[in-house]
Amino acid sequence: MNGNGGNERHSASEPGAVPPNGTAELWELRLYTAGQTPKSVLAFNNLKRICEEHMPGRYQIEVIDLLQNPRLAKEDQIVAIPTLVRKLPQPLRKIIGDLSDTERTLVGLQLRPRNA
Amino acid sequence: MNDGAQVSTAALLRAQEGSAPAGTLPKAATGIPGLDEITLGGLPRGRPTLVCGGAGCGKTLLAMEFLVRGATQFDEPGVCVTFEETEAELAENVRSLGFDVDGLVQRGMLAFDHVHIDRREIEETGEYDLEGLFVRLGFAIDSIGAKRVVLDTMEALFGGFSNMAILRSELRRLFRWLKDRDVTVVITGERGDGTLTRQGLEEYVSDCVILLDHRVNEQISTRRLRVVKYRGTSHGTNEYPFLINEQGISVLPVTSLGLAHRVSNERVSSGIPRLDAMLGGAGFYRGSSILVSGAAGSGKSTIAAHFADAACRRGERCLFLAFEESRDQIVRNMRSVGIDLARHVDSGHLLMEAARPSLHGLETHLAQIHRQIDTFDPQAVVIDPISNLGYATQRLDLSAMLLRMIDFLKSKGITALFVNLAAGGVPLDATDLGVSSLIDTWLVLRDIEAGGERNRGLYVIKSRGMQHSNQIREFVITSDGIDLLDVYAGPDGVLTGSLRAAQEARENAAAMARDQEQQRRQRDLKTRRVVLQAQIEALQQEASTLEEEISFQSSQFALATDTIESERRAAARRRGGEEAS
Repeated sequence: MNGNGGNERHSASEPGAVPPNGTAELWELRLYTAGQTPKSVLAFNNLKRICEEHMPGRYQIEVIDLLQNPRLAKEDQIVAIPTLVRKLPQPLRKIIGDLSDTERTLVGLQLRPRNA
Repeated sequence: MNDGAQVSTAALLRAQEGSAPAGTLPKAATGIPGLDEITLGGLPRGRPTLVCGGAGCGKTLLAMEFLVRGATQFDEPGVCVTFEETEAELAENVRSLGFDVDGLVQRGMLAFDHVHIDRREIEETGEYDLEGLFVRLGFAIDSIGAKRVVLDTMEALFGGFSNMAILRSELRRLFRWLKDRDVTVVITGERGDGTLTRQGLEEYVSDCVILLDHRVNEQISTRRLRVVKYRGTSHGTNEYPFLINEQGISVLPVTSLGLAHRVSNERVSSGIPRLDAMLGGAGFYRGSSILVSGAAGSGKSTIAAHFADAACRRGERCLFLAFEESRDQIVRNMRSVGIDLARHVDSGHLLMEAARPSLHGLETHLAQIHRQIDTFDPQAVVIDPISNLGYATQRLDLSAMLLRMIDFLKSKGITALFVNLAAGGVPLDATDLGVSSLIDTWLVLRDIEAGGERNRGLYVIKSRGMQHSNQIREFVITSDGIDLLDVYAGPDGVLTGSLRAAQEARENAAAMARDQEQQRRQRDLKTRRVVLQAQIEALQQEASTLEEEISFQSSQFALATDTIESERRAAARRRGGEEAS
């Protein structure tokens, strides 16, 4: 999570992997942080775990450090840190916090209905 | 000549605010007329100020004006973080006030950031902070070197996040962080039920709290501003009415204005020659404030119309603000007394504006008067009547507003005539408006009831800077306008109407009698002289007769003497022998 403008792409897709739930949509996720804080590290690890569990091989995580790119905070309407933005699939979703509440993260990512 | 009143008002304001010096607390001037006077210099520099109030009370406007004036007047760039309105909406809102927001943004004097928070789009999953907001603020501040920051309205954050513990601790951190950045901050907050703000923002902002209020009193709205708290400095604690007009916010009273206005020695006619004669022979001073007060039907409006007519005849522009009669009504009524106002309206010298006092709140009226004066640029203004404005508002407001208006008119060198309808039972020389000390020339019209009649009298209570008559003059309204009559001031006081006429008749009769008596005496004397003359002539006649008698007598005597002598000689000769021997 350093160098390269602070952005890193974590692509965990393996070629030819079959989506477990039958859909082949690609998940494009952005995690906004402000420096490498315990909360953002925790959020990243939680995110990675959830992605591996629910969408292995179909996700792409981009970590944006706002300390490096403060302009993006305004452009992408970020207030809370860490913020996870689901850019794809549409619609855009925002999930804030360290993602330690897996249930709510899944709800936020619309991988699970709200009242489940 | 009128500075005295203003100085005393300023002193009054200082007194009510505590006469402590401005203090060592550094302040950032807002540039908003009146607000800097009340806060004795502005908002606390480098600290947050909370501006709170109900919906539509002008919070955002005040905050924006703080930024815009900071950028234009004090060369302090500013950042506006909006939570509710977008940048475009905000710029649109304040453009109507003549603020060129776009230009300031281009010149790097203003920066906007619209923080959009929609709870429906956000899922909270564990611990977070608001570092993103800090980053955005820090970036905006650094990009233009901002000294001023507005956060409008932070309460939207409370709707966007559900974890209040995090939010409150982050807000506390935010304000500490802003203080460390040494920026002067204005935070707006919606007024809550029984609290200053719905979300208790005042708990984070302990330096300065300004409360705005938009109150409806007797169906008419009035805006007010109060400095609830200002740590480390004295400040005006009253509620001050404020206006929102084309120039933005202005808070009353403004005492710094007008102390340096030019004073003219030029005199202008009242339109009534004999009234001019009462006022040192030359009428009012140009740029002075004139109050005409009197009871209903005493002829106040006619005097005002004369004044307007005279101004227009001199080729000046005159603004006539009527709060009692419609324009056509005034024109018709004044035509009946020989004053043709329609002519001046047509020629563009006279602008008549009629409105019900209850149409707006006082501040709107005054804002409109300001605008009309700014656009029409008159040399004379008539307000008929000012007392009516008072029906729509509180008396205290009206005094403050009139003070400000008189200041404004004086600073523009406009001769202003105010008509004041005195309420029944109130002494005529006590204005219920409390503006008498601001007035330069004060005419009082009074009804004089005597002998079963009601007649009109006029006198000058005061007229600064000139010798003025102390007489009560009777005046009549004829088809040629107002005419001041000759004074009859006898041992029984001033007589008016038919009493005066009767007294005049009595005096005429007495004079005639004196005349006749004189003539009779003259005749008498002449006759006596004639008689005497005749007597003189008769006596002279007698005297000359006597004269003749005397000379006759003496000649007779001489003759007799001669005769005797000659006879004696003859006798001697006859006896001569004896005597010769």
